[in-house]
Amino acid sequence: MSPALRRGIGVAALVSTAATVWLGLWVTPPSTQQGNLVRLVYLHPAIAWDALYVAFGLSAVCSLLYLWRRTRSLFWDRLAAASVEVGVVFNALTLVTGSIWGRPTWGVWWTWDARLTSTALLLVLFLGYLALRRVPAEPEVRARRCAVAALVAFVDVPIVHFSVNWWQTLHQNATVLNADLSPRIHGSMAWTLLLSFVALTLAFVWMVTVRYRIEVMRDQVGEEELEVSLAERWAEAELTGAPPVPAPGPSPEAEVSPAVPAGERAGSGR
Amino acid sequence: MWRDALLVAGKDLRIELRSRVALWQVLPFAVLALVLFAFALGPSPVAMRRAAPGLFWLAVLFSTVLATQRSFAVEAGEGTRDGLRLSGLDPAGIFLGKAAAVFVQLAALELVLWAGVTLLFGVRIHATWLAVIACLLATVGLSSAGVVYGALSAGLRVRETLLPLLVLPILAPVLLAGSRAWSAAIDGAVSSGVGWLRILAPFAVAYLAVGVALYGPLQEAG
Repeated sequence: MSPALRRGIGVAALVSTAATVWLGLWVTPPSTQQGNLVRLVYLHPAIAWDALYVAFGLSAVCSLLYLWRRTRSLFWDRLAAASVEVGVVFNALTLVTGSIWGRPTWGVWWTWDARLTSTALLLVLFLGYLALRRVPAEPEVRARRCAVAALVAFVDVPIVHFSVNWWQTLHQNATVLNADLSPRIHGSMAWTLLLSFVALTLAFVWMVTVRYRIEVMRDQVGEEELEVSLAERWAEAELTGAPPVPAPGPSPEAEVSPAVPAGERAGSGR
Repeated sequence: MWRDALLVAGKDLRIELRSRVALWQVLPFAVLALVLFAFALGPSPVAMRRAAPGLFWLAVLFSTVLATQRSFAVEAGEGTRDGLRLSGLDPAGIFLGKAAAVFVQLAALELVLWAGVTLLFGVRIHATWLAVIACLLATVGLSSAGVVYGALSAGLRVRETLLPLLVLPILAPVLLAGSRAWSAAIDGAVSSGVGWLRILAPFAVAYLAVGVALYGPLQEAG
């Protein structure tokens, strides 16, 4: 993605978020039932939508594309990782904003309601994915391992959903995406709600692209550090006058393994 | 595939029969867990009887982690994993074999735990067939999901701490549905119990399918 496009998305996210804040806090009226609390509706559902559907759906699709031989490329792996990482943040925010909303309306910070429970479980599932990602391994090995983990976790999502749903339900039903697709709220509130979805999804996309870029740069730094340290070792060997054995190849490969033998060679030449 | 599965299951079970790690470590751990749960709850028989199904399944869940860890620890030796990979056995067969071996061990463990909750917690089950079916379905799910994650974390230096974090959230629906089904079986509330079997069955099928489909890439990633 070109830097200009990424910057454009960032600016759009910033502007739309600012507009949502303005509309949500000053323009829209308080609700008759919930008072000013209702303003959380411009935050919580949009965050939840990004975390539970966009982020984890995207990571599942990317993992599938990575595992499929014909589309296998580290691009999908990095995108999956970026999307899970941002998704985990949004998921945690979903729980936090939900909790802030739940305290005054339900009287408790936490309740063992179906959606809360499955959201919390989802958070733990994908924290596991991130933990697995931190285990050092070669990029391809790690990518395959993480792709499988993401898919296996994704299979669990509907099962968790149904089991917890049968277990208990207290949360209100979906307001915007109900069956007949006619939102049950009106006027400025509906528009602000819609804008909040756009704003937070833009913010999500922007964060994922930045996170993806960091992932790419991290790999590059790894490779370059390797080449620099290789060059240093060769220079060291030349300084002491002993030509390293065997003769230096034209281009040191960007593999992890040659780093150690190279160092040893330099050491033995001293 | 089936022949390979039988071979691998036979190998794993033979190792277990000879080493007796499952018998002398996992099984006592499960029973110990039951006793510790009882300590945590206090001596009231009513409270224990109400909590019994959940405690039974918690003990099974923790034992699943141990059993799958063990199932891959026996292959941690010098080059064993590579040997298994090079053996030309069908990955799906290896998966089914390992899952079957874990299944047999967990089923035996559940029998002992069943006796445990009957004796220690004074639980009497009215609809025995319901409890048995719940156990069978849940154990298929537990062993196949467990083996998938066992393979995923096999060979990693952090596997002991990583595996529980990965696998326990996945198994949460089994804990939920299993203990609800057992509660129903204790009360004789057959219809609600059968409802919970409808969670356990898709879970078992889903993870069997995932294992069969993904064990190949999983092995390569190890």
